[in-house]
Amino acid sequence: MSSKMQSSNNIAHARRTVQQLRIEASIERIKVSKASADLMHYCGEHAKYDPLLMGIPASENPFKDKKPCTIL
Amino acid sequence: MGEMDTLKKEADGLKAQIEAGRKAVNDTTMATLASGVAAAPRVQLKNRKTLKGHLAKIYGLHWSADNRHMVSASQDGKLLIWDTYTGNKVYAVPLKSSWVMSCSMAPSGNLVASGGLDNMCTIANIKGASPKTLRELDAHEGYLSHSRFLNDSEILTASGDTTCCLWDLETGKQKVIYKSHVGDCMCLAVSPDQNTFISGACDSSAKLWDIRDGGCKQTFIGHTSDINAIAFYPSGTAVITGSDDCTLKMYDLRADQEVNGYQDAALNAGVTSVSLSSSGRLIFAGYDNFNCNIWDSLKAEKVGVLSGHDNRVSCIGVPDDGLGVCTGSWDSFLKIWN
Repeated sequence: MSSKMQSSNNIAHARRTVQQLRIEASIERIKVSKASADLMHYCGEHAKYDPLLMGIPASENPFKDKKPCTIL
Repeated sequence: MGEMDTLKKEADGLKAQIEAGRKAVNDTTMATLASGVAAAPRVQLKNRKTLKGHLAKIYGLHWSADNRHMVSASQDGKLLIWDTYTGNKVYAVPLKSSWVMSCSMAPSGNLVASGGLDNMCTIANIKGASPKTLRELDAHEGYLSHSRFLNDSEILTASGDTTCCLWDLETGKQKVIYKSHVGDCMCLAVSPDQNTFISGACDSSAKLWDIRDGGCKQTFIGHTSDINAIAFYPSGTAVITGSDDCTLKMYDLRADQEVNGYQDAALNAGVTSVSLSSSGRLIFAGYDNFNCNIWDSLKAEKVGVLSGHDNRVSCIGVPDDGLGVCTGSWDSFLKIWN
């Protein structure tokens, strides 16, 4: 590749980088306190439906091996 | 000043602006706020099933949307589709190339995808009399590290060529190419509403993309090495990343920054894989040191560990109903825990 082509590639890349940074610089951000509070609220609301948090009764556990019962 | 110098100056200025904008909203830490939250219960999950059948390292797994079936990929050159309730293998899909790095199943359960060092994503239909190759998606210039179906006619791929791509399965052609990473793309995750997806790469950054227009909306930095694993928080408003720098991070999309970090001075193994419980409270992270650590996502404390594999945990997944977690390992076994 000629050095002229290479430098025009570098410039094209740099232009794209600046364009991308302009997009990212312009977004609206909310406060970390609000973001965290919302995430904590979501967790709290959904915790009671989370089987891995609440535990799964043996009768409802599809992965638990059903052991045969012997009647003595 | 030449144009390159002007552009560099503008780029530096914009980076400073972004950093200042993030700092301006950084009024507290989640750790501080979560100190008042009750601790998650000490999580003791038991190994309920061990799925045996692969003959070499397992590199990927993906649960079916039916919460019962699962596809796994191994460098023994096979995809296996399992009925996890019985532990039985339902289908075996032979791969043309055994250098597979990932696999996925379509929400319909009709199709599976695989790919790796062959640079291709191969789509197979598993609902016929025997599995049949439907498409070979061949345009990436680097290895295929990850894939996820949106539906039976669209799939997203991540590649070592630093791009991600949306493919049309009817035509086998690329629909949208996502270009912005400057390192190999290692992982991707689709948002719950399917409008955006997030990618992690060897440039230590995670990027949020608009699926339809191909634009990169946000870039998340902070990791100091390759990001190997990424997952959306179930709310869709945050993402969790796992990295070779031995840490996980939670980035909030609306605050546009890291809001929590998960690390332990004693841990010096890279994170290979990540998945969350259905409420988002628990993070399951697979590490190079053969274990899977369970983190409280809010308090950033370790609350459990899944040990039982004899080699690296390379992949993890929780089904949509949240009833268990599956780990896949280089020891050739998959284990289901709850």
